[in-house]
Amino acid sequence: MDTAAGLTLPRLEELEAPPLSLAQLFWRRFRRHRMALAGAVTLALLTLYSLGGSLFLTEAFANFTQTALRLQAPSASHPFGTDTIGRDILARTIYGGQISLLIGLAAMLVELVIGVGVGALAGYYGKVIDSLLMRITEAWLNIPALFLLLIMAKSFGGRIPDVQLLGRSFSGSVVAIILIIGLTSWMYLARIVRAEFLSLKEQDFVLAARATGTSDLSIILQHILPNSVAPIVVAATLSVGNAILTESYISFLGLGVQPPTATWGNMLEGAHGYIEQAPWLWIFPGTLILLTVLSINFIGDGLRDALDPRSRAI
Amino acid sequence: MGTLLEVQDLRVRFHTTEGVVHAVNGISYSMQEGETVALVGESGCGKSVSMMSILRLIPCPPGEVAEGRALFGQRDLLQLEEAELERIRGGQIGMVFQDPMTSLNPVLTIGRQITETLRAHTSSDGASARTRTLELLDMVGLPAAEERLQDYPHQFSGGMRQRAMIAMALACSPKLLIADEPTTALDVTIQAQIVELALQLRERLGMAIIWITHDLGVVAGLADRVLVMYAGYLVEEAPVLELFSRPWHPYTLSLLAALPRVDRPRSSRLKPIPGAPPNLLAEAHGCPFAPRCGFVMNRCRAENPPLVEIEAGRKLACWANVETGQPR
Repeated sequence: MDTAAGLTLPRLEELEAPPLSLAQLFWRRFRRHRMALAGAVTLALLTLYSLGGSLFLTEAFANFTQTALRLQAPSASHPFGTDTIGRDILARTIYGGQISLLIGLAAMLVELVIGVGVGALAGYYGKVIDSLLMRITEAWLNIPALFLLLIMAKSFGGRIPDVQLLGRSFSGSVVAIILIIGLTSWMYLARIVRAEFLSLKEQDFVLAARATGTSDLSIILQHILPNSVAPIVVAATLSVGNAILTESYISFLGLGVQPPTATWGNMLEGAHGYIEQAPWLWIFPGTLILLTVLSINFIGDGLRDALDPRSRAI
Repeated sequence: MGTLLEVQDLRVRFHTTEGVVHAVNGISYSMQEGETVALVGESGCGKSVSMMSILRLIPCPPGEVAEGRALFGQRDLLQLEEAELERIRGGQIGMVFQDPMTSLNPVLTIGRQITETLRAHTSSDGASARTRTLELLDMVGLPAAEERLQDYPHQFSGGMRQRAMIAMALACSPKLLIADEPTTALDVTIQAQIVELALQLRERLGMAIIWITHDLGVVAGLADRVLVMYAGYLVEEAPVLELFSRPWHPYTLSLLAALPRVDRPRSSRLKPIPGAPPNLLAEAHGCPFAPRCGFVMNRCRAENPPLVEIEAGRKLACWANVETGQPR
């Protein structure tokens, strides 16, 4: 019903609607961030591409060398062309994508465990533990990451045996790269988590939890950590993109995942000599890296806006 | 009835950049089982600190319990291992805080926060903890508790949150409930409801209550006995009716004079206490209330009066007799 001033009163159904849950609020805000939504769709398609593609093309085909057919331009039999030793680039981007995404996610998990662990202990206990852990963190930050990565990759690279997982055999260098990336990127997350813990541990509900006899461990895990989940989720998302990029650097320099296991990064390794001659060598893996990292960064942005408790927009 | 809690010569200090703050300066009192004691005094006089320090809830450093004992049953709370103390906190001593808006964890459901307390202290499984939680919520007057378990604190009003906090404090049937200004952050009608709830629960569960407040109206309706604190000292201890009808300490007298009363003419003005509370950074010389006291004598500035029993159940720390205006 309309009032004289032209104001519309809410309809009865609207008034009776139950309040939005946190998940619904989150989805409303995330949906409004167009680029983040586009990023999420793109990332889903890329995941589908590298997981679904393996149903049509075998790994043996991706690693099958035919030197007679080297540097073929895209054609009907090899839609993305062939590389310097005649392997099919389409099949290699599919299997390489699996490894690149795996490295991104697994390195993020390593980073999460170390970063949250160090940040939580430093922030919650403070004093000596804080000083000690933060000095260690700063020491890690002071080492130029790329050199550390290269040296670690060179010294650990060949030592880890191949791993069997999900019916595939992974080069041990994949595990090495995951650990190396995780070990060199947890410092920023640790600082974020520490800062969150420092402010949250002064909150009344932490005092109230202590007054009901809650142990330190469950205060950290059940009370403070869930409250600092927003910045952690954002940082973790962005770190997936960073890990994929880092893997590309190292692999491009020939110290990352060793062939014949393909990754988007090591597919670029041989390409720099043929930038003009055989552009399909770098266009396809390069575009995939670009799209993946870009999508992840947009998703990270969207999450930051959607999870910000201070944002009042519905 | 036996003695439940006996605090002896408790001293708490805070080491700050400006110096040592003497927050609690040697207070002693005892609590009987099932008794309700009100601890009153103005802001910053050490009420909360004296209670939090016996459960070791003050941050150390800067805080430090310099001296004293807090005997709960046979054990000294100040000497217990942290793990044993965790069993006592929330198990045998429940605590309710001032601001229910910030004392509940915003990202956990009300149900989870209460069941968690139960499961930390009892060996109950999920289902029985849930049943007990429903019973508790019902007991503190939160209707439709079944649906409320899944609610988050932001879906509760201030009064409902304080009821949930009380339910949490009572989860393990504590022998002692410490209520740290539980009505200060609520509006008057809700305050009355919470006080009424506390009375009912005391009747039903028989626990002892320490009610920290600066609201003398609440004290009159609730407490058996009153402890008056000033500048970290206990200055008077009396049964509640005695305190209101015959206050002995000049500070208590001034507090009562500063209250609005319905039996006084509307035109009469409230009497504030002149001056300000002493700076706790300095070591006190003489009685800390002397600079604001209307009965001050030379002796007050030189010597701090000890808390001594004057009649059975009545203790006072003052050199003067306010009824005669003469030295005691």
